[in-house]
Amino acid sequence: MTRPSHIEAPAIRVRGLCVGFGEKIILDNLDLDLRRGEVMGFVGGSGTGKSVLTRAILGLVRPRDGLIEVFGEDLSTLPREQYRAMERRWGVLFQHGALFSGLNVLQNIQVPMREYLNLSQSLMDELAMLKIRMVGLPPDAAEKYPSQLSGGMIKRAALARALALDPEIVFLDEPTSGLDPIGAAEFDQLISTLQKTLGLTVFMVTHDLDSLYSVCDRVAALADRKVVAEGTMEDILRSPHPWVRSYFHGERGRRREAAQRAGEHS
Amino acid sequence: MQTAPAFTSERQAEALQLTLTGAWTIEASAALESAAQALLAEGQGARAVIFDLNSIERIDTAGAWLIDRSRDALNRSGIDARYGAARPEFALLLEEAQFRPVTTSKQKPQNLFVSILADVGETMVGAGRSMWSGVAFLGEVIASIIRAFTHPARFRGTSVVAHVETFAFRGLPIIALINFLVGCIVAQQSIFQLQKFGAATFAVDLIGILTLRELAVLLTSIMVAGRSGSAITAELGSMKMREEIDALRVMGLDPIDVLVVPRIIALLISLPLLTFMADMSAIFGGLLVAWTYGGISPDVFFSRLQDAIGMNTFLVGMIKAPFMALVIGMIAAMEGLATQGSAESLGRQVTSSVVKSIFMVIVVDGVFAMFFAAIRY
Ligand SMILES: Nc1ncnc2c1ncn2[C@@H]1O[C@H](COP(=O)(O)OP(=O)(O)OP(=O)(O)O)[C@@H](O)[C@H]1O
Ligand SMILES: [Mg+2]
Repeated sequence: MTRPSHIEAPAIRVRGLCVGFGEKIILDNLDLDLRRGEVMGFVGGSGTGKSVLTRAILGLVRPRDGLIEVFGEDLSTLPREQYRAMERRWGVLFQHGALFSGLNVLQNIQVPMREYLNLSQSLMDELAMLKIRMVGLPPDAAEKYPSQLSGGMIKRAALARALALDPEIVFLDEPTSGLDPIGAAEFDQLISTLQKTLGLTVFMVTHDLDSLYSVCDRVAALADRKVVAEGTMEDILRSPHPWVRSYFHGERGRRREAAQRAGEHS
Repeated sequence: MQTAPAFTSERQAEALQLTLTGAWTIEASAALESAAQALLAEGQGARAVIFDLNSIERIDTAGAWLIDRSRDALNRSGIDARYGAARPEFALLLEEAQFRPVTTSKQKPQNLFVSILADVGETMVGAGRSMWSGVAFLGEVIASIIRAFTHPARFRGTSVVAHVETFAFRGLPIIALINFLVGCIVAQQSIFQLQKFGAATFAVDLIGILTLRELAVLLTSIMVAGRSGSAITAELGSMKMREEIDALRVMGLDPIDVLVVPRIIALLISLPLLTFMADMSAIFGGLLVAWTYGGISPDVFFSRLQDAIGMNTFLVGMIKAPFMALVIGMIAAMEGLATQGSAESLGRQVTSSVVKSIFMVIVVDGVFAMFFAAIRY
């Protein structure tokens, strides 16, 4: 498959990635491209390795083989200083939030600010409160500790922390699971606003068909240990792969597709 | 590298025009903050201010927030500050990061005297509560142990055996080693001191009585408190943190039955066994040193030892072991189950479990010493 060549290196380029644990191979010879400024939705069945791929790109899981480039730089050969600079350019929302349990929400959001920047405490408080507002948390959540938050609030607080440094790429692992549909729609809205205004690149693992249709520029589907379909929603809908077909043309998929058509026609 | 955030000002007929340039992003950190301050200072005194954002290279939410904050501050001091025509994406961002006064709830400082009194009161109430809950917990555990004996089918034998393995079998090498070394040290010191009086052979009496009655059981209990007590607290605490205890409850399983009692029974079995092994290693250490350093041959050592100690000397140590086990197990389990949601709290509970159980082990040992002295055992 040939793609139009970009002058700028893609935000993320994965080639021939193999990841396994012990005997078990999770990802085998996987290729993936994430262009700058796009929102990519990443789908796949439970336990197929979406989180593992995210962790491999972030350098948290050592791949058996393959190349991973972020902004054109091979992470495995990057010197420590530059690696740290790279880490500053991404924000991550882990599937289970991974908030620091000993810090409250405000302090959690300020951790990366404190680490990388030289700001006054009052400005850090203000910016953290702004992030809290942006992700749709009530102001009184700032003082709460992770164990005092609801599941959806944990997701939002973790997103606020991921956005703390206004990163260039954000990795979101199932951001809208556990949110009510209204909250999920607001979340999609926020992502698309940030994409338009900041040129944010988003890698979003999701099962939410609404998010896929409304904010994702492109979608990639993971099955049989590799990316079996990649492209715009229309491309994906035309994919012949059986898992992709049952995902998007199953009961729920059909209903969503019909809704989309109705929306376009009206 | 990006250009630093800056601006130029130009006085026009009606208003002061501030043209922002450079990258107004959070990467500039302190420079961004001071640029916003300068923006505000520049605007003061003018009748009207127009922010021109079209020459900005890059902007993010932090930059937008700071610019909007300056605009808001100018507005509030009676200056008509607004934005000139901005690119649509900037307008969107300014909308998203719009300034709203932030109220962080800071508690007002209390009177020092009052807060000290309040602290003392809280500590006392806390101590009383923990005493009360300790007694209640002991009751629950004993009831659960009795249930285990009356309904042997529900007894978790496998779990007990597995815990005996980790507490006793895996702990044996280090506990034997420590007691061996202490036996050596006691022997060396007593021979050295008693030689001055020509009574070196009395060192054997000292080694026998001291290790069997006190040292072996005390050292073993302290080691078990540090090794197994902390493990119990950490296990139960992290299960509590991850709602695993709640999961057991809603399945109709009592965490005391499933988690606490098998561990306490395993400790009750392990500690006497370990104490016995500790006795043996300490005496062996004493024997080696007495032989090599004091010149007391093993034959002499054993005949003196038989004269010096009786069954009661040995039993005094062994009787204490199960009580120590109960104290350690109870404290470890209680501290573990008192863990709150944070990793910090887990660390605190483990520390306090080890400190409290070592303290209580020594207190219990002291009480027993008084008791045995009183009954002349
Ligand atoms: N540290 C690990 N050791 C062994 N196996 C692992 C490890 N981490 C993940 N796996 C396995 O890798 C596979 C993929 O896991 P992953 O968490 O990526 O799934 P996923 O696609 O994110 O699923 P979900 O949608 O449920 O989050 C699973 O079979 C899992 O058991
Ligand atoms: Mg996952």
